[in-house]
Amino acid sequence: MLFQKAKRQALAESLSATTDAVIEGRSPWADARRRFLKNKAAVASLIVLLVIGILIVAGPWVLPHAFDDTDMDAMNFAPTLQGFHLFGTDDLGRDLLVRTLIGGRISFMVGILGTVVSVVIGVSWGAVAGFFGGRIDALMMRFVDVMYALPFMLFAILLMTFFGRNLVLMFVALGAISWLDMARIVRGQTLSLKSKEFVEAAHAIGVPRRHIIFRHIVPNLLGIVVVYATVTIPNVILTESVLSFLGMGVQEPMTSWGVLVDEGQSKMEAMPWLLLIPGFMLSLTLYCANYVGDGLRDALDPKDR
Amino acid sequence: MSEQAILSVRNIKVHFQVDGHGPQWPWTPKKVLKAVDGVSFDLYPGETLGIVGESGCGKSTLSRGILNLIPATEGEIVWMGKDLRKGSESDWHKVRSDIQMIFQDPLASLNPRMTIAQIIAEPLKTHRPGMSAAEVKDRVRKMMRRVGLTEQQINRYPHEFSGGQCQRIGIARALILEPKLVICDEPVSALDVSIQAQIINLLKELQREMNLALIFIAHDLAVVKHISDRILVMYLGREMELAQKKALYDKPSHPYTRALLSAIPIPDPELERNKVIQILTGDLPSPIDPPSGCVFRTRCPLAEPRCAQESIALHRVDDDTQSSCLLV
Repeated sequence: MLFQKAKRQALAESLSATTDAVIEGRSPWADARRRFLKNKAAVASLIVLLVIGILIVAGPWVLPHAFDDTDMDAMNFAPTLQGFHLFGTDDLGRDLLVRTLIGGRISFMVGILGTVVSVVIGVSWGAVAGFFGGRIDALMMRFVDVMYALPFMLFAILLMTFFGRNLVLMFVALGAISWLDMARIVRGQTLSLKSKEFVEAAHAIGVPRRHIIFRHIVPNLLGIVVVYATVTIPNVILTESVLSFLGMGVQEPMTSWGVLVDEGQSKMEAMPWLLLIPGFMLSLTLYCANYVGDGLRDALDPKDR
Repeated sequence: MSEQAILSVRNIKVHFQVDGHGPQWPWTPKKVLKAVDGVSFDLYPGETLGIVGESGCGKSTLSRGILNLIPATEGEIVWMGKDLRKGSESDWHKVRSDIQMIFQDPLASLNPRMTIAQIIAEPLKTHRPGMSAAEVKDRVRKMMRRVGLTEQQINRYPHEFSGGQCQRIGIARALILEPKLVICDEPVSALDVSIQAQIINLLKELQREMNLALIFIAHDLAVVKHISDRILVMYLGREMELAQKKALYDKPSHPYTRALLSAIPIPDPELERNKVIQILTGDLPSPIDPPSGCVFRTRCPLAEPRCAQESIALHRVDDDTQSSCLLV
């Protein structure tokens, strides 16, 4: 045994002599990134999303028109170079390109904010409920059920009628519903994670419960959370579109993709570009977000190692 | 032994409420599954107690009961003269730096999203919050070298290691606080035989160096024989026999122990061919509805009518052996 010990240490030393540098571990995230980059559709979609993101942020600064400028000389223009209305104008002579980009800002903001709310509240709520189990779990999940049972449109309409239409309220309404699915999914995952041996090991070591939740359980949930978040983005954008379509979202002259599509569809026979262009941008974004989500799901699946 | 026992387990019971067969109404009485039903033993510093028994006999539940991972229903767990079952949460927290655990599945017991350094350092961070980052790192490196891992592996993740290496990581994590007792729950049964020997020898080496007490749970009798000083044989949540290793293997007193031992293959064809294997008939009875009297009587080749009426706790047979068989 002593011999073995000596041998082992000699081996360890000879190994450390050959390569003194500490090898950086390849984390599960690095593995996932490598697999994601192999998925061409997902990478292309991500690039498209980034391009759209840059355009809607930078575009309105660069273009000569403001989103609420009315050009009396150029009403109802089809896409043209005249007056630099590349995507045409609407019946008030407002430049559609700038309006699409500004509308994209709102839609993106709604998508990202709604998703952040969904991730932060949903993950904490679900992880706590699943981890503690028993009565706490029952109570917390019944609250989620109650929120589910509340018709969203009624909730939104009530909010709007009591507090008037404004953007912050719309975010509140969207945030209030977007985390429910996440909480349910996270709770389910937590239930299966908490019986894993490494969680038991943490209990045995005496790690405090809050550290077990946030150091051991939440990091292992991230795969499913990331994937579900990418599904939430299009959902929230669509919900905002529906709200705006029904006249409960953003107010004129401010706009969003949902509003633009709504206006466009009423004039689609005479001026199809008013529907087609914002509609195309909305579809493209949702499509890409779904592809990125698919790619992430595959990349983060540990069985695919 | 003249020394004071560090751990005394007295009549510990771990019962679970379970649903029986048939429709379950809120007023249907719950059945009680007696996973561990009255186990007592003492453990002395530096000693290894092997616990053997077939699957489902309550070995693992017993180990979790001792650590309060599954709260015991009854009994006393006396650690260094203090009854932990009457203790508070903070008493437990203190004890957890002295009692550590090694798990059966080496990979599953390591968090896949933490590096080896983070995993091994976790007990230090939990129990020595004041320790500087540099010292933590230094200790982790020392411990890694001690269990036969190289320092270059410090930033790697568990999935990059083999089963044997993962178990070394588990051992490093268990020993970094220099505990007094390590509970090993089948630490080698998921490893192949050559690696088993390495891990067992490593454990024995470390035990001698650090004067560790070990509770070593296994179903492989050869492994238990190699590492244990005393052996506890369990069946259906009860103790059958508690004996010094040599006494248990040379002259087993309890019929269940005899049956277990006769099932060990002998690496000599001549002897193996002539060996009388005592095959136990029947199945393991349900711990929800254990047999009356002695729980082993339904499968015992020596059972007499009185075995169904009476049962007896562990009693001294001779200096080295305690048995719960009425007939010895």
